[in-house]
Amino acid sequence: MAENLLEVRDLTITPSGADAAVLHDVSLNLEPGERVGLIGESGSGKSLTAQSVMGLLPEELHAEGRVHLQGHHGNLLEANEKTLASLRSDIVSMVFQEPMSALNPLMRIGDQIAEVLRIHGKIPRAQIPARVKELLEDVRMPDPDSARFAYPHQMSGGQRQRVMLAIALANSPKLLICDEPTTALDVTVQRHMLDLIAERVSAVEAGLLFITHDLAVVAGVCDRVIVMYRGRIVETGTVTEIFTDPQHEYTRGLLASSDLEATDGNGRLFTLKTALAYTGPQTSAGEDTPDPVGTETVEADDPAGGNIAVDDVGEAASARDSAPLIEVADVTRVFKGRGLFGRRRSDVTALDGIDFSVAAGERLGIVGESGSGKSTLLGILSGLDRPTTGHVRVGDIRVEAASSRSLRALRENLQIVFQDPFASLDPRMRVADIVAEPLIAAGVEKDERIARVEEMLEAVDLDARSLRRYPHQFSGGQRQRISIARALVTRPQILVADEPVSALDVSVRAQVLNLLTDLVEDYALTLLFVSHDLGVVQHLCSQIIVMKDGRIVESGATEDIYANPRQEYTRRLIAATPSLTDALGASG
Amino acid sequence: MLTYAINRAIQFALSLLVASVVVFALMSLLPGNAAQVALGTNATPEAVAALEAQYGLDRPPVIRYFDWVGGMLGGDFGTSYVTGAEITPVIIDSVQVTAILVIAAIVLSILIAVPLGTFAALGQRNWIGVTISAASQVGIAIPNFLAAIILVIVFSLRLGWFPSQGWMAPVEGFGGFVLRLVLPVVSLALVQAAILTRYVRSAVLDVMREDFIRTARAKGLTKTRALFVHGLRNAAIPVITVAGVQLATLLVGAVIIEQIFVLPGIGSELVRAVANRDLVAVQGIVMVLVLLVLIINLIVDILVPVVDPRIRNAA
Repeated sequence: MAENLLEVRDLTITPSGADAAVLHDVSLNLEPGERVGLIGESGSGKSLTAQSVMGLLPEELHAEGRVHLQGHHGNLLEANEKTLASLRSDIVSMVFQEPMSALNPLMRIGDQIAEVLRIHGKIPRAQIPARVKELLEDVRMPDPDSARFAYPHQMSGGQRQRVMLAIALANSPKLLICDEPTTALDVTVQRHMLDLIAERVSAVEAGLLFITHDLAVVAGVCDRVIVMYRGRIVETGTVTEIFTDPQHEYTRGLLASSDLEATDGNGRLFTLKTALAYTGPQTSAGEDTPDPVGTETVEADDPAGGNIAVDDVGEAASARDSAPLIEVADVTRVFKGRGLFGRRRSDVTALDGIDFSVAAGERLGIVGESGSGKSTLLGILSGLDRPTTGHVRVGDIRVEAASSRSLRALRENLQIVFQDPFASLDPRMRVADIVAEPLIAAGVEKDERIARVEEMLEAVDLDARSLRRYPHQFSGGQRQRISIARALVTRPQILVADEPVSALDVSVRAQVLNLLTDLVEDYALTLLFVSHDLGVVQHLCSQIIVMKDGRIVESGATEDIYANPRQEYTRRLIAATPSLTDALGASG
Repeated sequence: MLTYAINRAIQFALSLLVASVVVFALMSLLPGNAAQVALGTNATPEAVAALEAQYGLDRPPVIRYFDWVGGMLGGDFGTSYVTGAEITPVIIDSVQVTAILVIAAIVLSILIAVPLGTFAALGQRNWIGVTISAASQVGIAIPNFLAAIILVIVFSLRLGWFPSQGWMAPVEGFGGFVLRLVLPVVSLALVQAAILTRYVRSAVLDVMREDFIRTARAKGLTKTRALFVHGLRNAAIPVITVAGVQLATLLVGAVIIEQIFVLPGIGSELVRAVANRDLVAVQGIVMVLVLLVLIINLIVDILVPVVDPRIRNAA
């Protein structure tokens, strides 16, 4: 039997000063050239495992057990920093999650790649520049000759991640560890990056340890999967085994909540709790997926909340003709390039001729890659920014010419849930005060405020004890619930959600999406849902707008667009979205 | 980058212009007639009028302002009403003394603060780091005139290593020049070094938490090497800005230190001019101080983009 490339035995990690371990008896093997996915939600210990192998564990954590790496004798956990440093990027390399901050901002790209070659001295100095260029070509960097002289801030996230990959593979290591390498990237970029990682890893014949929380991603890249939960390995198996016949309860739950195409009896996504009823991803190439989106069922159930709720897409269209709730006509937003003393730089057109309307009760998804103008559009709709030309009407308020008083009325009626559940809540305010704040701004009496805050927290499934707590005492999913409660406490007609689940774990994502669906129904909300994740949008929205470079390239009913995308760009977006079904089809 | 430098230069000129208007206006608004002050309370109105005519004080303020600014642009700060002497040579001599003092002090404080701050950050949890942090905290609490007095008592009066006061130009004897400079420079630098140490420490701590330091370690550098190769230059960016502000503070701090050590610097001249109610000299000296502070800011503004390509590109 060939010697294992990586062997981890009984790895236990304890924070210094604490009794309870955060990682319990983790043991795993990697054969040379093998590709293994390490899956789990945040806090499951997958990154800690990787950091132990790299010798990059934070000092305040104490690791016990054994880690053996082919090419080094002895236990890596007992090696000193100098020995570990000599192994890093030589035998084992790592690509990190956050491409925006992983490169030194003051150093040219070429120098940063050259550095890793110089440190390990495997090739003569004179050949380094040529090798740097070769490495950039290997990761398909456009124009590698000039890319060498660029600084990180001049590159996109995807390009920076390519540079990271070039650095990691520069010395042809035996093992590459990727820690959520595509989580921060756009879907289309993610697809390319995954293919590139797979290709380069084969080219240098390295083993791969691929860490992710996204099952659909791992299926396309790995042969074998290790599932971690609360600091323990709960299941190991081939991709097909794990996906079709998961043994552990948590794996089943994770699988069920990852599948945005499957819904339970109530038209809701599966969560860890309801996963028992889940039957596995539909491998039959799904032209006629059963219960495709669940939108119709959902809207048919709608308690006739006044005259706002609209039952189906056709009626929505006719309602739009009479009185759309939101009307955006020929909106342009140009950011003037401003120089000191009137010196002009080139202008940036963030929005160009945007035209659409939203009927009351409609659920509109706005989809596009970063830089497509989604955020600018939201800013204008919510009155935080004004269009350069064009008209925007929300309810009976003309946003582009609104006084500050009518803007305040607008904000009561249109509330936003932001992407980052960690940064968007004031850490020094209690939950009760955070949720009550919009009511104070609206001048609601204290007694009614308290009543409404309590009602709202109940609606988002947080218990009354939460009221006295601070944001840091909650998990990401719970914080997003707090954000939703804050947004809905003024009883707005319109809820704008700006990537509300993209920072959340899959299992939590399903819960939050279900909550949103419930609330949209109960409160007869009109929903604007911005996302780069087409799976999520497909599940939640009845209408879709696809944006690219500040324009709407395609719009229409969700089913039509997914079934029959007219634009090349939309087709690419759909194709790039990782789905369990596709991934399993490809690997199986 | 060139546009950026030109823009900064124009800003510099505008700031100087505004400062000159403010300084001139303040001096003109002060109660009391300059000629009256110069001649004393017993002077006859005729003598005062004659002196006003002689110095051009009877002309409208706008004309006097342009006269003053025009003179300064040509390097002429005017003539003192009190002593009747040219002010320019006095300023030139005293600025040199102050410049030597202040530059030596900032260089010394950087030389102390950068290594100490870095060690304090690296040894954040051991006794070295804690000692440095505690010492810098004490240092900040000591005003520099107190530091000066303590240094004089210990090193001059007790040990007799350095003279307690006085100035010697380098041409008169370099050894004497250095010897007389040690105590004033050290007393100015110590407090600044204590403040700067804390900034360096927190900048280094911030930078050590950056993802690119982890990347550098993943590339095969040890923690310490990663800090030296990638960290310090990044940590320098906030430190440069703080050091620039400190340099301006040092100029003001020098006024007191020059008094204590009897150095013929611009601070001493300013104190003397104020005491003598020598308005023209005060005006000139304040303008020179403003000029120096603006130059320091200009240098900092140009230095930051040199270090940081992100700002260079935005510029």
